[in-house]
Amino acid sequence: MEESGKNIEQKSKSSPKKDKVVIHIKGLKKSFGSNHVLKNITLDVKSGENVVVLGKSGQGKSVSIQCIVGMLIPDGGTLTVFGEDVTAMNEKQLKELRMRIGFLFQGGALYDSMTVRENLEFPLTRVLKLKDKNEIDQRVKEVLGGVGLLNVIAKMPSDLSGGMRKRVGLARTLVVKPEIMLYDEPTTGLDPITSREISELILQMQKKYKTTSVIITHDMECARITADRIVIMNDGEFIAEGSFDELKKSKEELVRSFFN
Amino acid sequence: MAETAEQVVPGWKKWLEGSGDQVIFFKGFFRNVFRGGFEWSEFVRQCYEIGYKSFMLVGTTAFIMGLVLALQLRPTLINFGALSMLPKTLAVSIVREIGPIITAIICAGKISSGIGAELGSMKVTEQIDAMEVSGANPLQYLVVTRILATTFMVPILTLLGDVLGLVGGFLAINITSSVSGLLYFNKCIASIDFTDLLPAFVKTIFFGFIIGFIGCYKGYNSNRGTESVGLAANSAVVTASLWIFVVDAIVVQISSLLFYTK
Repeated sequence: MEESGKNIEQKSKSSPKKDKVVIHIKGLKKSFGSNHVLKNITLDVKSGENVVVLGKSGQGKSVSIQCIVGMLIPDGGTLTVFGEDVTAMNEKQLKELRMRIGFLFQGGALYDSMTVRENLEFPLTRVLKLKDKNEIDQRVKEVLGGVGLLNVIAKMPSDLSGGMRKRVGLARTLVVKPEIMLYDEPTTGLDPITSREISELILQMQKKYKTTSVIITHDMECARITADRIVIMNDGEFIAEGSFDELKKSKEELVRSFFN
Repeated sequence: MAETAEQVVPGWKKWLEGSGDQVIFFKGFFRNVFRGGFEWSEFVRQCYEIGYKSFMLVGTTAFIMGLVLALQLRPTLINFGALSMLPKTLAVSIVREIGPIITAIICAGKISSGIGAELGSMKVTEQIDAMEVSGANPLQYLVVTRILATTFMVPILTLLGDVLGLVGGFLAINITSSVSGLLYFNKCIASIDFTDLLPAFVKTIFFGFIIGFIGCYKGYNSNRGTESVGLAANSAVVTASLWIFVVDAIVVQISSLLFYTK
C-alpha cells in the first residue's frame, strides 16, 4: 500500500505539460429528482490555469466540482480528468484520482476531534501511507508554515478563527501535493480583509505548488485576485467566459450585474 | 384524520428504502472489516471512550438495580418461606436478564446517541466528505472502529454491571439482616451455570453490535443541517433500544428452547 502511495506521488510530480487540458467537461447534466441543477455544462481547464466559476447561490456551482471528484455521478455528458472518464471509474481508480485532487470545503471541514497537526498528518498516513515520522513532520511543518500558521500546530480546530480554519484546511489539502485544487467558496463567511488574505494565499499556493485550480465563488474580489479566466454560471449553464476585465465590459446585463 | 392510500404507500416505500440502505451500510461495514489496514489506534481510542467513560454510569445503575431488586424480592420470598433463595434469585435474574438489558439500554442512550450525534455533525460540517474526497476511507476509520468497539466493550461493561448488581444485592440483604459476603457470593456463583452465562454473553455481543451499528448508520446517513444532528442522535437511541428488546426476546426464546425446556 505504501508503494502505491509513492507511485501516486511520482505521478503527481511528473506534472502535465502547460496548456494540456486536465479537466474536460462537455454537456454535463445532473438532476436531483425534478430539480435540474446542471443542464448543459461545457468547460476545459488547462494545466496551471486558475478558473473561477462565478454565479449566484443555488446555481449548481458546487455540484459541478463535486462531479469532478466523483462525489456525485452526473446524469449525462462527458467528464474526464487527466484524460480519464470519471464516471466510468471503479473505487480504486477513483481513490487514485482523488489523491491527485485537493478539495477545500466552505468551512475548511477540519476533523474536530484531532489537533491541527493530526489533521495534516491524516492524509499523509492514511492516503499516501507514509511511515517515516521525520518526513511526515517536515511536510506538515512546511505546508503549515506556507499558510503562516505554524504556531497553531498543537491547537484544536475549535480554538481557531474562521479564516485560520480555512488556511489550515488549505494546508491539509496541499500537504499531499495535489495537481488540481478545487475550492468551494473559499471566502464565504469571512470579513473583507481575511477574504483578501485567503484569495492572495490561494494565488501564492498555486504559484508555489504549480496547481491547476477551479475556484467556486460569488466573491468578486476573490475572482479578481485569483482568476486567469472566469466562467459565469446561471441556471445550470455557463453563460459567459473571459477574463475579469473582459466580462466587466460585457454587453450582457446579467454578466455585468456581477461586477456592479 | 385517516391516512389515504397515497399517504401510506410513500411511508412503506421510505421504510423499504431505509431497510435497503441499512443492508448496504452493513455490507460496507463487513467489507471494510476484512479489507486490511485496520485502524488500531482509533479502535483503542473508541474502546476507551465507549468503555471506560461509560463504566461509572453502568456500574452505578447496576449497583442500584441489584440493591432495589433485593429489597423488592425479600418480602415476597419471606411470604413463601424461601428467603434463603434470595441470592440465587438475584444472581439468576441479574446475570440472565437485568444486567444485560440495563447495560444495553444505558449504552444505547449514552453511546448510540453519542455516535449518532458525532457522525451526524461530521456529516453536516462536511468532515466525512472531506475524508472521502481526500482518498481516505471514512467507513474504515469512523464506522468499523466504532461498531467493533461497542461490540467488544458492551459485553465487558455487562460483566462489570453484573458484579456490581450482585454487590448491590449483598448490601440490601445486609441492611435488614447479617449475611457473610463469602456465603452470599458462594450461593450466587453456585446458582449460575453455563446455560445462564452463555446466552447472556451472546446477546450482549449482539446488543453491542446494534448500539454501534444503529448509531453509526443514523449519524453517517443524516441529512444536511443542524437539525438532523439532533434527529440522528434521537433516532439512534429509539431504534437501538427497540432492536435491543427485539433481539433479547429472540435470544431468550432460542435459549429457552435449547437450555431451559425441563
